[in-house]
Amino acid sequence: MTTGHPAPASGSDVVLSLRGVTKEYPTTPPVRALRGVDFSVTRGELVGVVGPSGSGKSTLLHIMGTLDRPTAGEVTVAGYNIDELSDKDLSALRARHIGFVFQQFHLLSGYTALDNVADGLLYTGMNVSDRRDLAHRALTRVGLGHRLGHVATKLSGGERQRVAVARALVGTPSIVLADEPTGNLDTKNSDAIVELIRQINDEGVTFVVITHNKEIAEAFPRTAGLRDGRIEYDSGRRHE
Amino acid sequence: MAASNTTRGAVMSNGNGLEPSRLHSADAFRTASVGLQTRKLRAALSALGIMIGIAAMVGVLGLSESSKSDLLAQLDRLGTNLLTVQAGSGIGIGSGELPVEAAGMISRIGPVEQTSTISSVDVNVYKSDYVPEGQTGGITVQAVDVNLLETLAGSMADGKFLDPATATYPTAVLGSVAAERLAIHAVTGTQQIWLGGQWFTVIGVLDEFELNPDLDRAALIGLTTAEDFLDHEVVPSSVLVRANPDFIDEVTSVLSATANPQNPEEVEVARPSDALEAKEAADDAFTALFLGLGAVALLVGGVGIANVMVISVLERRSEIGLRRALGATKRHVAVQFLGEALLLSAVGGIGGIILGWAVTGVYANVKGWSVLIPPIAIGGGMAAALLIGAIAGLYPAVRAARMSPTEALRSA
Ligand SMILES: Nc1ncnc2c1ncn2[C@@H]1O[C@H](COP(=O)(O)OP(=O)(O)O)[C@@H](O)[C@H]1O
Ligand SMILES: [Mg+2]
Repeated sequence: MTTGHPAPASGSDVVLSLRGVTKEYPTTPPVRALRGVDFSVTRGELVGVVGPSGSGKSTLLHIMGTLDRPTAGEVTVAGYNIDELSDKDLSALRARHIGFVFQQFHLLSGYTALDNVADGLLYTGMNVSDRRDLAHRALTRVGLGHRLGHVATKLSGGERQRVAVARALVGTPSIVLADEPTGNLDTKNSDAIVELIRQINDEGVTFVVITHNKEIAEAFPRTAGLRDGRIEYDSGRRHE
Repeated sequence: MAASNTTRGAVMSNGNGLEPSRLHSADAFRTASVGLQTRKLRAALSALGIMIGIAAMVGVLGLSESSKSDLLAQLDRLGTNLLTVQAGSGIGIGSGELPVEAAGMISRIGPVEQTSTISSVDVNVYKSDYVPEGQTGGITVQAVDVNLLETLAGSMADGKFLDPATATYPTAVLGSVAAERLAIHAVTGTQQIWLGGQWFTVIGVLDEFELNPDLDRAALIGLTTAEDFLDHEVVPSSVLVRANPDFIDEVTSVLSATANPQNPEEVEVARPSDALEAKEAADDAFTALFLGLGAVALLVGGVGIANVMVISVLERRSEIGLRRALGATKRHVAVQFLGEALLLSAVGGIGGIILGWAVTGVYANVKGWSVLIPPIAIGGGMAAALLIGAIAGLYPAVRAARMSPTEALRSA
């Protein structure tokens, strides 16, 4: 491993690794959103990636989440080099190994909390009763065991983001990627979501949380700073 | 894995140990119905075009089928083997009369099973002798054979038809229109009409003659009565002929010459059932026209669905992005939107079939027909709706599938 931060304990513990990742959007003039990013995450880590608006955070998350391919460089997720995977395989990889949390929650408005979470397993081919069982458990885990039957639109912002977190967790992914998960929340709800993420990480779930909020990022066990498409600094795993 | 003869994709899926994304068909159906559930009004409106188109087609085919079956039943009841032999009338074509012996000669043609003579009597009919002359109400007087009712497959509304006994007395049977004009609805046996300057007792009122509507405006009296009481010389104005159905053409070809050997060109031979069939053929032209209109409505409905689907795909970009993030393949997304278009058109199709059926049912009921929806109209209507839905949904579905997940997610 030639990454700039402390090497993981063993190769098999690396759930995500980016090497020399560059992303250029083919606009005129072309935008280089990422410029040679080296970044890796080991199992059980909670990493905050912080950077100002336009620094390439969302682009980074999309590439980590295999929603987009890099212009150059190598991306490995859960042991799979995405260069070797077809578009269909990437869908399978996302279905089984990656959880997402978005700033806009992205819940289906007409659906209940339970169905929204169960949809986290929709494309795994699991049968519906198992999906609902797991969704029930995931909602209980994020403290919404009493809100199972509530339609998404009837929930508060904080509750919606909890539902989204539960949906990301429900398939026991190798890694959960969160893009500005507190971006649409007030301070109180924001704190609560950060606290929820810490708690779930304590239970062993690997997290990368992207935020423009330095305070939130620096409170995590590891913080990386992004500026102009480059990792400006990476604290590595702090030993608390 | 030694799966050297499988396709590359399969090798990779097997080789890399990654279980592919999968969507159960029940779940595919559910994702396809999300749009319909969350935007019910829009879904209903966009299905309306298809519904109207299918309703028009099912209704038109149903009505045409129902009326056809009614006609067949009618022809079956009335028979298609009736021929009328009539003296040509008008300037230069004869006297309006057939030779006295016409009926006798016609009945000697082999396949002729029955003949019935009608002789016009040139007198007027009034409700009573007070009614001023000239106010005849357009009622004619016809002297007829007692077998006329049977020959024309007619029926009585009330009372009795002429029989060998009453056909020798001053008794009359009224056609349906004549009875109405004389204000005689029920036969009491004591009602009398002023016919040719004498009182005639009304013994019966007829239903409409489907094969000879002219007689509806007539008062019918016996041939003997006409001779004895009105001094009428019985010269046939027309002869009704029932012939063996297998030899209709042969009989038709010799009728003129047989009825009037001297002047066969003055004889008109007609087959009344032809007129009923001709009416039906005219209806067929309307059926084709309405089918065409239905097809246009379907097409417009298809454009409506395509339009709604394109909008739906644009509006639901973030949902598409989310589904791709959750592991949906391009195919899953395409299936979802194609499925939505198919559901919309299926809803329109089913609604259209029900509506078309209802319209046919109501109309047929009014007409007294039995309701017949040809299975082809239902199957074909549904197939047409789904085909239109598939075509309308194809482009939006492909567009949704091709959308880059990151673009889709950024749009929210
Ligand atoms: N699809 C795109 N096409 C062109 N430029 C893009 C696209 N997406 C992002 N960018 C540009 O790339 C840069 C990084 O964007 P982004 O990753 O969204 O940053 P952040 O999330 O940190 O705000 C910005 O300059 C942005 O305008
Ligand atoms: Mg961003």
